[in-house]
Amino acid sequence: MAAKLILSMDGVVLKEYPLSKERMTIGRKAHNDIVIDNLAVSGEHAAIVTIQNDSFLEDLDSTNGLEVNGVPTKKHFLQNNDLVEIGKYKLKYINDQAGQVNPADFEKTMVLRAPVKQAASSAEKGDATMGLMKTQIIPNVKPAAEAIEKTGKFDVPQPNPPVAPPAVQPAVAVSAPQAAVIQILTGPNAGKELELVKNLTTLGKPGVQVAVLTRRPHGYFITHVEGASHPMVNGMSLGDQPHQLNDHDVIELAGVKMEFYFKG
Amino acid sequence: MKIEDALEIVSQTNPGMVRSHNEDSIAQELACGLVVLADGMGGYNAGEVASGIAVSVVATEVCQHLQDASPTDRDEASGEELGVALLRDNIQRANASIFHAAQSQPQYAGMGTTIVAGLFYDNRVVVGHVGDSRMYRLRGETLETITRDHSLLQEQIDGGMISVEDARVSKNKNLVTRAVGIDAEVVPEIHVHDALAGDIYLLCSDGLNDMVEDEDIQSTLYAMQGNLPLAAEQLIQMANDNGGRDNISVMLVKVNGEFAAPRGWLAKLLNWLKK
Repeated sequence: MAAKLILSMDGVVLKEYPLSKERMTIGRKAHNDIVIDNLAVSGEHAAIVTIQNDSFLEDLDSTNGLEVNGVPTKKHFLQNNDLVEIGKYKLKYINDQAGQVNPADFEKTMVLRAPVKQAASSAEKGDATMGLMKTQIIPNVKPAAEAIEKTGKFDVPQPNPPVAPPAVQPAVAVSAPQAAVIQILTGPNAGKELELVKNLTTLGKPGVQVAVLTRRPHGYFITHVEGASHPMVNGMSLGDQPHQLNDHDVIELAGVKMEFYFKG
Repeated sequence: MKIEDALEIVSQTNPGMVRSHNEDSIAQELACGLVVLADGMGGYNAGEVASGIAVSVVATEVCQHLQDASPTDRDEASGEELGVALLRDNIQRANASIFHAAQSQPQYAGMGTTIVAGLFYDNRVVVGHVGDSRMYRLRGETLETITRDHSLLQEQIDGGMISVEDARVSKNKNLVTRAVGIDAEVVPEIHVHDALAGDIYLLCSDGLNDMVEDEDIQSTLYAMQGNLPLAAEQLIQMANDNGGRDNISVMLVKVNGEFAAPRGWLAKLLNWLKK
């Protein structure tokens, strides 16, 4: 399903516009794809360029400008649920394609290129006999860079791709575990705290003696990387396997003791 | 130093958390300094077939050719250095093999693959690639991408349509503009880079770089440079921890010393006598 814009004013939905064309314009004049007949709206106020699954909003030097999520904007890469405001009118951008596709279809690499005729015909045959094909060839789509070169702008007439590619989800932020801290107990740096804010924290010096603390969705792990002596946790020497850390574990590395604990 | 002693190669491939099978293929040939990685596309097992053909054609042909020739020789046909010509010619040969298999077998119709290959010799690395499989280089503390994806997204970035930050949330991540085996002809992108002692080269399929930020790749390679097998394992684990939505392949090549090609007729003669 294509992305769409929902036009509303004062909380009342006026109309839905599927983003079915490569370039759609918003303005007061009748020739626009989305007509908003209001004096605060310029003749040609803004344009939305859609390339495959991504849409870009561009202000066409309008008199009163536009805002996206409350911020005045000239050009914006639209994300699902963005709210575009033109005067009193609101346009909500909906692109929830990722939610409607079988998860197994995600991340499938596809070729964006017109194939030679022979390949196209056999690919079609293949499609018919095989049902699902992971590789999809999308003819008639010009590479974007080429399109930009030609016009210096977005407005390239481009037929819609006949084969809609399966949508892909942007990488989801994986929930991080509870915040944790390492406090150094002995040696010249005793008392210092190190908050484990990165996915990977290095203890020691590469090339000499290194252990790393890794933050994973289900907790923190310490792993010996290199060096003559392996780190100890609560007095036990670690092997080569990662070791999960518990609250108040005491780590000893090259003679320095430190405590691991969860924060808050 | 002989190339076997100068390079350390570690590789791992993993189906990820979502896919039931692995369409990536990898090959390493330490004796001739070659690493090859391919990420296949196509229905049923056609993706594996395509990436498998690509990797085996390039690995076998390049190494066989180098048994009785030096990569620093001139290639008669193109006038280029043999190492460069071999990589280009054999990616094209792989392209022809896949294309013909796809033409003749209906179940393989439309299959294709990305490829990235590195041929190390004479303190250099020749890098050839098609599609969005990448090669990174860690030098000192700096991680750089030394291939440029053949993808719609990269073209949008190059054209200034979309910023690198915005590209991370793009929904057009997996559209490649060049692939091996889709067409009768393919143009591989070939570059030559100097390889320095201490460098670490990472070849990966997009299952890694789509799931793991470059910053995390950098910190892993830097912290774990003394333990390559652990570094490879850690990279795959991070991709899987973040969802592992695609197959993940990782190849690491660490340059431990210089590997200059033998120079002059005497060195060549000695080298020849050693065979």
